[in-house]
Amino acid sequence: MYVAVKGGERAIGNAHDWLAEARRGDPSVPDLALAQIREQLALAVDRVMAEGSLYDPDLAALALKQARGDTIEAVFLIRAFRTTLPRFGTSHPVDTGQMQIIRRISATYKDAPGGQILGPTFDYTHRLLDFGLADGDTVPQAPEAPASHSAVPHILSHLGAEGLMQPEHAPEACGADDVPDLTRTPLEFPAARPLRLQALTRGDEGFLLSLAYSTQRGYGRNHAFVGELRIGHVRVAAHLPELGFDVEFAEIQVTECESVNQFQGSKTQPAQFTRGYGLVFGQSERKAISMALVDRALRAQELGEDMSDAPAQDAEFVLSHCDNIQSSGFLEHIKLPHYVDFQAELELIRKLRREACAMQEAAE
Amino acid sequence: MSAYNFAYLDEATKRMLRRAILKAVAIPGYQVPFSSREMPMPYGWGTGGVQVTAACLVPEDTLKVIDQGADDTTNAVSIRKFFERVADVAVTGQTAEASIIQTRHRIPETPLTEGQILVFQVPIPEPLRFLEPRETETRVMHALEDYGLMQVRLYEDIARHGEIARAYAYPVRVEGRYIMDPSPIPKFDNPKLDNSHALQLFGAGREGRIYALPPYTRVESLDFEDYPFTATKAAGQACALCGSTSSYLDEVITDDAGGRMFVCSDTDYCASRVAAQSQEDAA
Repeated sequence: MYVAVKGGERAIGNAHDWLAEARRGDPSVPDLALAQIREQLALAVDRVMAEGSLYDPDLAALALKQARGDTIEAVFLIRAFRTTLPRFGTSHPVDTGQMQIIRRISATYKDAPGGQILGPTFDYTHRLLDFGLADGDTVPQAPEAPASHSAVPHILSHLGAEGLMQPEHAPEACGADDVPDLTRTPLEFPAARPLRLQALTRGDEGFLLSLAYSTQRGYGRNHAFVGELRIGHVRVAAHLPELGFDVEFAEIQVTECESVNQFQGSKTQPAQFTRGYGLVFGQSERKAISMALVDRALRAQELGEDMSDAPAQDAEFVLSHCDNIQSSGFLEHIKLPHYVDFQAELELIRKLRREACAMQEAAE
Repeated sequence: MSAYNFAYLDEATKRMLRRAILKAVAIPGYQVPFSSREMPMPYGWGTGGVQVTAACLVPEDTLKVIDQGADDTTNAVSIRKFFERVADVAVTGQTAEASIIQTRHRIPETPLTEGQILVFQVPIPEPLRFLEPRETETRVMHALEDYGLMQVRLYEDIARHGEIARAYAYPVRVEGRYIMDPSPIPKFDNPKLDNSHALQLFGAGREGRIYALPPYTRVESLDFEDYPFTATKAAGQACALCGSTSSYLDEVITDDAGGRMFVCSDTDYCASRVAAQSQEDAA
């Protein structure tokens, strides 16, 4: 005899105990220290910080450990923690022109003030498995040079000085308190560029990569050059009204990409270069370049460009689907029981079939 | 859990939610945008309902959580445990005892009473979404009461199938004005929405929308004069446990030879009927 299923509570408890055991893996293998994750899986930590929208490498390392290395699960843990934190205020915009640079390249100029600095990059490595890493790791000392203290101006500012690059204007009334906050106000359309950039910087890297790629393949084509890509540390400061002056409270690593895109011009405006912009926590140049391309694509309407069904140019499409916490949550909710709805569908299909079969028989 | 505020959310967030709820109550059936928070459970798993419940809870409340009509389905257990942990409120499985009931996909069989709040978890709050994917368009359609597209859709169902082929999330019209998605409840439950004694609140977390049906609101399921709405369920069956012929039934497969049985989806309703019957037998 069937009895209504009971025991969901015990099943959940047991499943979570099993999960904890599986997360730890073979106990004879040493436990991972957070410092190991932070130092040796730094790019995974950076991605969790960027999409989790919270700059804290130790917490991101903890999230990765707890999530068994599942990036999106780790991002989710960070987001759920972030949402409980109070908002003290708004910092000044970071000055990426004052960045302590570890990498800086331009694809549009062979050389520029500040020079090209390759930095710690995978570029030009041969992707051959390094079997030496399998049995412990001795790293040869990389050669060092004294740090340069000369200014490294943004490369696109040289174009700007000539009037070839469309200048960026801060939106009207853009005091610190006027910056829109995606996490505190509902997303409504049309979304202005500051809000779009906010959504993109915490958006899913894979989604943005694919969208950016689609613009390169002709869906909203707008040929982009990497005007400049720079990675390094910037200082974060805020004005504290109680003290009456600015206080620097953090130094964070960011990746910034400015793309140079052609703009054909219009009746009122001569041809000019335009900019796509990407700024991401940590070292994440794939994401920053993708973001710049998608940002530029989303300016299609403002620039009066042809918008023939290219997903990357459609702000409502991009912003509604770029968040991997929203998308993975909704996608996976179909694992939850749907007996009731399915039962209703079952009855409906049976009824429709009964009626259709009866009509067929009557016809015969 | 002293690190978290009562019912998890901070008071400023609750105030924001309560403002949205008040606005929703003032304009029945209208979807109020709100700034949905990331919750410790995934979007799509009841975050909207959880935020609405958190905003309504007071320490004296008694909470019931159901999913598919049952208190013991895994996600209902998980949400109930969450509130036990972060709000330390009394919980119950009995519909009549609860002051707040959070539900997914069902309305309890036991009629609700004044003072009770029923909180629905909503996946897609926009009834026009699958006719028009753009929010910018559907908001204008609601504003202009431009519902022709929905009428045409229902008419096409009749032309093709001989009836409106919607079994759940069957659209309703609220007080003759807004068309509203009642969340994916079976259309069997639609009549319970109408003129309910309880306050009915709908929370869609991922989509950032709250809407409401204040008590005694007129709620009509969309239909045509010559094709009136009918609430349906498994035809000609009775619950194998309590014998009810009037409750919504789930079909359970009992063997691999086509054997099946039907049982109440509302576990509290079913269990209380079984208990009453065994008392009668004993007497």
